[in-house]
Amino acid sequence: MNGLSLDKISMRFDLPNGTSVQALKDVSLHLEEGELMSVLGPSGCGKTTLLNIVAGFLAPTEGKVVLNGHPVTGPDAERGMVFQQGALFEWMNVRENVSFGPRMKGQREKDYGAHVDHLLDVVGLHDFKEKAIYELSGGMQQRVALARCLANDPDVILMDEPLGALDALTREKMQSLVLKLWKETGKTIILITHSVEEALLLGERLLVMAPRPGRIHKEYRLPFADDGVGRDLREVKKRTDFGERREEILSMIWDMEEEIMGRAEETK
Amino acid sequence: MIILLIYVAIFVVTFFVVKFVAQQAAKTDYTSLKTVTFGDESTVTPNRIASVVSVLTIFLLWGSFTGSKWVPGFLHAPGPFTGVAEFTYTAEADGQTDDALVRVLVHPVGEEATDPEVEPGDGFAKNDAATVGAWRSGLIRVDQNDELGRDAGHTVVAVNGQPIAPGQSVETDFGRVGMSPKGTLNFEPAKGWQMEPIWLPPPEAVMARLIDISKDGYRDSTLWEHLGYSLFRVIVGFFFGALIGIPLGYAMGLSDWFRGWFDPIVEFMRPVPPLALIPLVIIWAGIGETGKIILLFLAALWIMAIAARAGVSGVNITKVHAAYSLGASKFQIMRHVIVPNSLPEIFTGARVAMGVCWGTVVAAELVAAEKGAGMMIMVASKFQLTDIVLMGIILIGVIGFGIDILMRKVESILVPWKGRS
Repeated sequence: MNGLSLDKISMRFDLPNGTSVQALKDVSLHLEEGELMSVLGPSGCGKTTLLNIVAGFLAPTEGKVVLNGHPVTGPDAERGMVFQQGALFEWMNVRENVSFGPRMKGQREKDYGAHVDHLLDVVGLHDFKEKAIYELSGGMQQRVALARCLANDPDVILMDEPLGALDALTREKMQSLVLKLWKETGKTIILITHSVEEALLLGERLLVMAPRPGRIHKEYRLPFADDGVGRDLREVKKRTDFGERREEILSMIWDMEEEIMGRAEETK
Repeated sequence: MIILLIYVAIFVVTFFVVKFVAQQAAKTDYTSLKTVTFGDESTVTPNRIASVVSVLTIFLLWGSFTGSKWVPGFLHAPGPFTGVAEFTYTAEADGQTDDALVRVLVHPVGEEATDPEVEPGDGFAKNDAATVGAWRSGLIRVDQNDELGRDAGHTVVAVNGQPIAPGQSVETDFGRVGMSPKGTLNFEPAKGWQMEPIWLPPPEAVMARLIDISKDGYRDSTLWEHLGYSLFRVIVGFFFGALIGIPLGYAMGLSDWFRGWFDPIVEFMRPVPPLALIPLVIIWAGIGETGKIILLFLAALWIMAIAARAGVSGVNITKVHAAYSLGASKFQIMRHVIVPNSLPEIFTGARVAMGVCWGTVVAAELVAAEKGAGMMIMVASKFQLTDIVLMGIILIGVIGFGIDILMRKVESILVPWKGRS
């Protein structure tokens, strides 16, 4: 069976003070190959835990993750990850960062060279190949991170708020880039974000999660990602159906946040 | 106290002079346009004029208070009195009183001197002559040549007409005349404000000594052998300390068993100053090279182990996660992520360790050594050869500073990303 399946994932761990936390409860979903799913939710709903389980950094206490028919037991090159920031290697230049994956597989420059250069062109870093990471702006660094992930040709790309640390303008440009890369490469992508707009723009599917315990609250299928490819994303944002969806999801998340706040006050 | 006041005065005066001159030639770079400078650390860069003036001031004070030839004479602090000093004394014996003159030649220490000519004069008290070295004092037995000696009840009752008794003293134009409890006069020529060379030699004497020793060596070894031995010990000790300490630190950063096993040892040894280990190391390994290298090895070991451990612990977990999800193996993560990521910490540790080793080697040589910078100044101090002591201190400082500069240069070449992630 192709695609990525999460089967009744639960995550529960003990705290030093004797209590335990139910971070995720019975999360099940299936992604077909080439689907882009964005994940939204108030803080503490287990988004990042879920992503870490899919990446293989955490083992769930119950349930299993299956990718293309085999279970996930640990991190692997088939599941690439793009972090918010700080994951690039400062001791390597841009090109060495991007070619890290192929080099770790023992490939030679003649095997990966053309592919890496092509990716650097795609993300617009052709003139920055030899630059040091700390000489780049935040947006450029995230483009390096994207290219590095793609250079490894993973089946699934996991993005943990990849654009969260960027300014609004750079963020818009990067959103277009993510859409473009998604369409061109046909990768399966899970994208975690805090921004409702970003989740709507990029997510072919949108998962809204609820906290305590972390679970799937609602799922949408959205047309905006397909429509946005190659277009000005601001045009998409102006559409009335986009605005309605945004308000709907925003108020949903607001309600959850208020519920959390209320519960926190009760316990005080 | 006077020196401190002069120093503060130079500090303040040059500050106003330089600020005034700088205002005349004001340039408009970005920093000079900032209106908020107090509290803005970025506007505080060292004023290089101040640094130059500071170093010059030290040499100026050193020179003027030692009567250096490098400092023009009018800047010299008043020196000790030299030349012929005179004072009169009044003696009483057998109920008679008589005045007589004492003429003292005050000569620079180390020069041959003979008593100045003096007429015997009249009366039972005869004129006297004596020599005293500058900065020294001398007993003058004025009754020795007098016609009525001690057995006749000879006592000095006044100096320059001012009464004097045992334990008292009289100030003259040339210095202080005191009287011992037994009634003997004691002349102490005026010392001025300058330091005596055995306490603080002038800079040119230190320089001359440096040239001298670099040509002829000291204690059967050339200067370069002394300094070279110290450096050799530091480098060998540091090398072995790093060789064992860095892998130990990595192991402590990567394995809970290693961390648990070595934590008590490292945490206990870290606050023990290496100097406290000198006696033990001497008992175990003697005062030869082995002992010193073991000491420096121990000094460097814990610092390097802690630096390497901090380097491993400091690796951002997202970098490790990223490397795993890019398909790196454990060995590749060690080689391509953990080791390079820990280099800045290791270099910081290496700089600290080199500084500590350099301090420790000098201290160890002070205790016992046949060659070395510390031994040189220790032996010189026993013979009150202050110029060699000063020369040694300056060389030790320059070398220590040089080591640190060198480490920083190497650091900026090897880990250019330090502090920029």
